[in-house]
Amino acid sequence: MTALLDVTDLHVSFDSEDGVVKAVDGVSFSVEAGRTLGIVGESGSGKSVTSLTVMGLTRGPSTKISGTAMLEGEDLIAASEDELRHIRGNDVAMIFQDPLSSLHPFYKVGTQLVEAIQTHQRVSRGAAYDRAGELLELVGIPDARHRLEHYPHEFSGGMRQRAMIAMALANDPKVLIADEPTTALDVTVQAQILELIARLQAELGMGVVIITHDLGVVAETADDIVVMYAGRIVEESSTDTLFDRPEHPYAWGLLESIPKLTGPREEELIPIPGRPPSLIHRPTGCAFHPRCPYVREAHKRTDPQLEKIADDPGHRVACLLPHQTRRELWAKLQAGEEPEQAREDVELRDADRPTQDAGLDAPRR
Amino acid sequence: MGRYIVRRLLWVVVLVFAVVTITFLIFSVLPSGADPARLRAGRSPNPRLVEEIRHRYKLDQPVTAQYGLYISNLVTKLDFGHSFQNDTDVLDEIFKRLPATISLALGACVVWLFVGISVGIISAVRRRSILDRTAMGLSLVAISAPVFWLGLVALYLFADDIGKIPILPGAGSYTPLTDDPIKWFTGLILPWLVLAAAFAAIYARLVRGNLIETMSEDYIRTARAKGLSERKVILRHGLRSAITPVVSALGLDLGLLLAGNAILTETVFNIPGIGRMSYNAIVNSDLPTIEGVVLFGALFIVVLNLIVDIAYAFIDPRVRYS
Repeated sequence: MTALLDVTDLHVSFDSEDGVVKAVDGVSFSVEAGRTLGIVGESGSGKSVTSLTVMGLTRGPSTKISGTAMLEGEDLIAASEDELRHIRGNDVAMIFQDPLSSLHPFYKVGTQLVEAIQTHQRVSRGAAYDRAGELLELVGIPDARHRLEHYPHEFSGGMRQRAMIAMALANDPKVLIADEPTTALDVTVQAQILELIARLQAELGMGVVIITHDLGVVAETADDIVVMYAGRIVEESSTDTLFDRPEHPYAWGLLESIPKLTGPREEELIPIPGRPPSLIHRPTGCAFHPRCPYVREAHKRTDPQLEKIADDPGHRVACLLPHQTRRELWAKLQAGEEPEQAREDVELRDADRPTQDAGLDAPRR
Repeated sequence: MGRYIVRRLLWVVVLVFAVVTITFLIFSVLPSGADPARLRAGRSPNPRLVEEIRHRYKLDQPVTAQYGLYISNLVTKLDFGHSFQNDTDVLDEIFKRLPATISLALGACVVWLFVGISVGIISAVRRRSILDRTAMGLSLVAISAPVFWLGLVALYLFADDIGKIPILPGAGSYTPLTDDPIKWFTGLILPWLVLAAAFAAIYARLVRGNLIETMSEDYIRTARAKGLSERKVILRHGLRSAITPVVSALGLDLGLLLAGNAILTETVFNIPGIGRMSYNAIVNSDLPTIEGVVLFGALFIVVLNLIVDIAYAFIDPRVRYS
C-alpha cells in the first residue's frame, strides 16, 4: 500500500527573541489510507508543530520550513497559500485539543458546520444545512437537527469534540489529524471519542494521525507509533512492538508513567525526571542525556541517529546504548526494578564484557 | 430579558431623580458667585426690579420649597420650568437645540467608526509594518490634538470664508436638516471630521489591540484549518469577537457627546447645540436650564448604556440577563 501522506525530513524553526527555536528537526513519517499513526511526545517535543506545518498553519515571516509533505503527489510544504486553502479542511482535516476554545463562541454549531461545507463544496445553504445535520448524526449526537441551532457553550465537552469531528469530516478528508483530541475531556468521554474516531476511520477509510502525550490514547487506536523528543523521532515501530519491546529509555519512561490495568493497585507510577529540553539550546550529544538514567559520558558528545534494529523489521530507534544492553535494561524494568538498580546491574555485567562498548568512556558512578 | 429591561428602566428613573437632586443641591449650597436675579436684571439695576425678579422666579422662597415646586412640576406636568435668563420654556429650548447636537454626534460617530475600524483592522493584520506604524503614530497625534486647535486649523485650511483652500463651509454655517439637507450636510463636514479625529484614533487602537488578541485564539486556528480565506478568517471570525468592546465604548462616548460633551466643536464651529446651551446656562446661573440639560444628559448616557447591554446579549450568545 502506498502512503497517503508522506512526510520526509521536515525541519521547522522559528525566530524568537531568545534565538532560533528548532521545533522540528528532521522528521519523517508516512500515513496510509485506513491506518492510524500515533505521534507521541511531551509538550515541546514538536509533535503539534509537525502537524500544523503539514496543514500550512505555521507559515509566517519568522518561520523557516524545509522538507516535503507529499499528499497524493502534491507537496504541501511547497504548495502556495491558495493551493493549501483548497487542501485544508478538504483533503486534510484537523481537530484540536480544547473543543470549547476551538469552536467560535458566537456562532451556532450548525452555522460553523455549514461554513465548513460551503468552503469546499458548491451547494446551497439548505443542502449544506441538511448535510450538517447528517454529520452531527454521524458522530453520534442525538437529536442532531435540533442541535444545529445550539451554540457551542450549550454543548457538553464530549459533544463539542464530536461537533469538531463532524466539522472535520464535512468534506470527506483523506487524512484526519487529531491533535490531543481527548486531553481536555473526561476519562469516560475520552474512550468514546477514540472509539468514534476508530469507527469513522473504518467507515470512511481515512488515514488518521493521532497526536498525544499519552501512550494510553494510542495503545488501542494506532497501528504505528512515532515517539518524538526535542523535535526529533527517537523511536518508531508498530504499536504492538512498541508496547512489547520498546528500545528507547524515553519510551520506557513514557510506558512506566501510564497505569496498567493488570498491575497491582498500589503500583507506583514513575514520572520521567527533569524537564523537556530547550529547543533553542539543544543539549549536546543525545538530546535526552540530561534526563536519561542510563547516560554514559560519550552520550553527551555523540548525537544518535535513527537506526534500524537488526532483528526487528520496521523498528527504528535513536539511542547510543548497545542493543543488548537496552534489552537487558527493559527486562529488568519489566521485572519491577528501579531504573537506578537496573543500571547498576547491567553496568556491572558490561564491565566484565569488553564488547560493543569498547572505546567509550568508563561508566559514570 | 423583558423583566431585565423593566428593572433597568426603573433604575433609570431613580438615577435621573438623584441627578436632579444633586444638581439642585450643588447649585443651592455652593456659593455661585452670581445671583440669578441680579444677572437677569441687567447692568446697575434698580434694587426694586431685582427684588421683583427674585419674587417672580420664587428665588425668595426657601430652597426646600423651590426644590419641591420644581420636582412636582417636573413629575406632574413634565414642566422643566422657564429659563431665568430669557423666560423661554426650558424643554422647548432643549428640543430646539437637540437636532444640532444629534446631527453633530451621530455624523461624527459614523466617520470615526468607519475610519477607526478600517484602520484598526489594517494595522492589526499588517502588524509592525510601515503602514501600521504610520497609522499608530498618526493616531497618537490625533488623540493628543485638542479639538479647539484642530478645529481652528481645519477652518484656517478649508473654510470657504477664511481658508487657504476654501472648499467647505466654515464656522456658523450650520443649517437644520429640515431646512436644507444639502446645506446641513456640507455645513457639518468639517465639524464631523474634527470631532471624529480623536475618536477614530482611539477606536483604531482599540480595534487593533482586540483583533491582534483575537487572532491568536484557538477558534481562529480552526477557521484557518477549515480552509477559509484569510479575509473571511479575519472579518467573519476575528472581527466578530474583536468588535464587542467597541460596542461598549461606543455607548459611553455617544452618550457623553449627546449630553453636551461636543461643546468645544460646537463653539469652534458656532453650532447652536446642547453643549453651548449648558455653557451659557452655567455662566448665567440659570438653574432651570442647567437642570434641564443635566437631566437630558443623564438620560442619554443611561439609556445608551442600557442599549449597549442589550446589544451585548445579541452579539455574544453566552450573555444572558435575568
